[in-house]
Amino acid sequence: MKLLIKNGHVIDPENKIDSEYDILISDDKIISVSKRINIKKNIKIIDAKGFIVIPGIIDIHTHLREPGHEEEETIYSGTRAALAGGITSVFCMANTHPVIDNQTAVEFILLKAKNEGVVNIFPVGAVTKGQEGKELAEIGELKKAGVIAISDDGNPIMNSLIARRAFEYAKMFNLVVISHCEDLNLSKDGVMNEGYISTLLGLKGIPKESEEIMVSRDIILAKLTKGLLHITHVSTMNSVELIRRAKKEGINITCDTCPHYFTLTNEEVRNFNTNTKVNPPLRTKQDVEAIIEGLRDGTIDCISSDHAPHTEEEKNKEYNLAPFGIIGLETLLPLTITQLVKKNKISLLNVVSKITSNPAKIFNLSKRGSLKIGNIADITIVDINKTKKITDFVSKSKNSPFIGMELSGFPVYTIVSGKCKKL
Amino acid sequence: MKLKSKDLLGLQYLTKEEIQLILDTAISFKELFTRSIKKVPTLRGKTVVLLFYENSTRTRTSFELAAKRLSADTVNINVSTSSVQKGESLIDTGKTLEAMKADFIIIRHSMSGAPHVLARNISSHVINAGDGVHEHPTQGLLDMFTIREKKGTIKGLKIAIIGDILHSRVARSNIWGLTKLGAEIVVCGPPTLIPYEIEKTGVKVCYKVEDALKDADVINILRVQFERQQENMFPSVREYSLLYGMDKEKIKLAKKDVIILHPGPMNRGIEITSEISDSVNSVINEQVTNGVAIRMAVLYLLAGVH
Repeated sequence: MKLLIKNGHVIDPENKIDSEYDILISDDKIISVSKRINIKKNIKIIDAKGFIVIPGIIDIHTHLREPGHEEEETIYSGTRAALAGGITSVFCMANTHPVIDNQTAVEFILLKAKNEGVVNIFPVGAVTKGQEGKELAEIGELKKAGVIAISDDGNPIMNSLIARRAFEYAKMFNLVVISHCEDLNLSKDGVMNEGYISTLLGLKGIPKESEEIMVSRDIILAKLTKGLLHITHVSTMNSVELIRRAKKEGINITCDTCPHYFTLTNEEVRNFNTNTKVNPPLRTKQDVEAIIEGLRDGTIDCISSDHAPHTEEEKNKEYNLAPFGIIGLETLLPLTITQLVKKNKISLLNVVSKITSNPAKIFNLSKRGSLKIGNIADITIVDINKTKKITDFVSKSKNSPFIGMELSGFPVYTIVSGKCKKL
Repeated sequence: MKLKSKDLLGLQYLTKEEIQLILDTAISFKELFTRSIKKVPTLRGKTVVLLFYENSTRTRTSFELAAKRLSADTVNINVSTSSVQKGESLIDTGKTLEAMKADFIIIRHSMSGAPHVLARNISSHVINAGDGVHEHPTQGLLDMFTIREKKGTIKGLKIAIIGDILHSRVARSNIWGLTKLGAEIVVCGPPTLIPYEIEKTGVKVCYKVEDALKDADVINILRVQFERQQENMFPSVREYSLLYGMDKEKIKLAKKDVIILHPGPMNRGIEITSEISDSVNSVINEQVTNGVAIRMAVLYLLAGVH
C-alpha cells in the first residue's frame, strides 16, 4: 500500500527542510521526499495544503499506568490518546505496579503494546529494584528485553552512591539515565511551589532548591562518571542555568521540560484546583520565562508531556490528599504551538526539533525522528491555525488544568509506521 | 448591605466593608447576652451542622451556642464515630448532609482548602471553622471585634502577633482582616516559624520579641502547636519559652494600656505566663464571649445570601 502526502509544508529539523515537499510512503517506510511526486493509481493521497508535515512526535515521558492502575489509563487508552495528540512514539515510565524492573515486566509491556497499542511504545526500565533506590535493577537484562532508557522517575535516588553506580554501570549498555531531580527531605510533605502563594493558601511548599540541589548533584556525578544523564521535567530558572553551564563545560547531559512549565504558574493553585497539583510543582513567572529561554537557546533539548493520569475520584478531594500529576498527551502539541510559536517566542523549526529529532538522537531511536528516505513512516500532519477549546479527552482520565483553554495547532493526521489515522 | 458569597471561607476573600458589616452586626447580638433570655427567633427552622475533623472546644461550642441563640437546630457530627472512619470522602459526607437539607455546614479540617472543596460541591452555606494553616475567619473576626471594642478603632494600631506564625491559621486571618482595616502589624517568631514571603501581605517581620513589643497597642500570642512540631522547628520548648514566652518583664516594653489576646487553648508557662494571661491587660475571656456574637452575626448575614 502506498501513501502520498502532497502539498504540505514539510518541517524536518534533522535534514534542515522547511518548505513545501511531497512525501511518498510505501508500507511502513518513507521512500521519497521530493518537490513534486505525481502518482495517481493504486495510491492513497492526502492533500496537506495549508498544513505542516513533521516527523512523528516522540514523547519521552509518559505514564500509561498499566500494569497496576488500569482505572487511570491503559496501554490501549493511552496510545489512543497519544494518537489523538499527534504523537507516534511514547516512552512509558517504570513506576507501574509492579515496577518495570525486570525482563518479564518489559516483555509484558511490549506484548501489550503489540496487541493493543496504536502508537510505538518504548518502555523505560527502573534503575533500582522496586524503584526503592537501594539496589541496582538488572540493567543489562532490562536492556536485552528492550528498554529504551532507565529511570526511577517519581522516586528519585537519594543515595548519591547508588546514583553514581547507576550512571557508571548503565554506561556500558549506552543507556541514558533519566533523572527526576528532587531532594525528598527538602520537599517533604510539600504540595505546591514554596512562595508567597503557598503562604497565603497555607499549603506546604516545595522549594525550587529541592530540584536544583539534585540537578547539581546529578551534573557533578555525570561529570565524575561520564555517564549519560538526562534530566526530566526541568521547572526552575536555576535548574536551566545549572544545565546551561554544565553543557558549556562539556558534560554529557540533556534535559526536557513539559508544556505546563512554560504555560502555567503557581497562581493557578489559588482556588485549590487539584488539577494544578503536579510534581515538580508549577513555579513562578520568572521560571516560566527562563524555561522558554532555555528552550530557545537549546539548553533544553526536548519537550515531554509527563502525562500522569488520575481518576476524578482521586483528584476531586482536599489538595493535600490528591495525587500529583496532570495529563498531557493531547495538549502537548497545541500548547507548544500556542505558547511558543504563536507568541513568537521560538521558531517552528526549533520547537519541532524538541519533539522529534532531539529525542530520537538522545535516545538512539534509529529510523525515527526525521523524514529521511528509508526511515519508518511516522509522520504528524498539523494544522497550526486550527483553534479549539479544550473540553474532553480520549485518555481515560481528565485531570488537566487546561480544560476550558482555547489553543491553536492541532494534528489532523497521525501516521504510525505508514498507517494513517485521520483526526 | 449584604455579603457577596454564600460561604465564609476566609477573610482574604472579604472586602473591608463586608468585615465592618459583620463587626457592626455582632454588636447588637452581644447586647442580647446581657438579657435573661438570650435567644432570638431569627433562624428558626434552619439547620446548622457542625462537621469537625479536628479537635475543638471553644470554636465548636461557640458556633453551637451562636446557632442555638438564633433558634436554629444544630447537629454535631462526631467524625471519629461517623462514616468518615469507613473511608467516606469529604465531598460524599457533604452531599449526604446537603441531601438532609442542612442549611449551614460549619467545617473544621486539618487540611488547607478543605472548606473550598466542600463549598464548590454543595449548595449549603459553608463556614470555615479553621482549615489547616490557611484561615480561621471567625477567630480573626472576633479578635478584630475585641480590639475595636477596647481601642475604639483598628486603624493605626500597632499590633504584634507573636509565636508560631508558620502553622497558624489564626495569624493569617488576623493579618488579612487587620491590614484591611488599617492596622500596622508586626509578626514575630523564630525564622523557622515565619512563612515564606509573609512580608508581601504588608506586615513587618522581626525575630526578637523585644523589637515586636516596643510600643505595641495589642499583642496576640499564638499557641505553640506541638501537634505540628515533628520537624525540629526549634531546639526545645525551654529555649522557645525563654525567647518568646510572654512574661511581666517583656510586657513592659509595650504601651501601658496594651491588650493581650490569645486564641486558646493556652500552654500556660510556655508561650504565656499565668500572671499575664490573668492580668488586667488580658482580654482572653472577652474574646470567647465575643466569639459567640461574631458567629451569630456570620450565620445571620450568610442566611440572607442566596
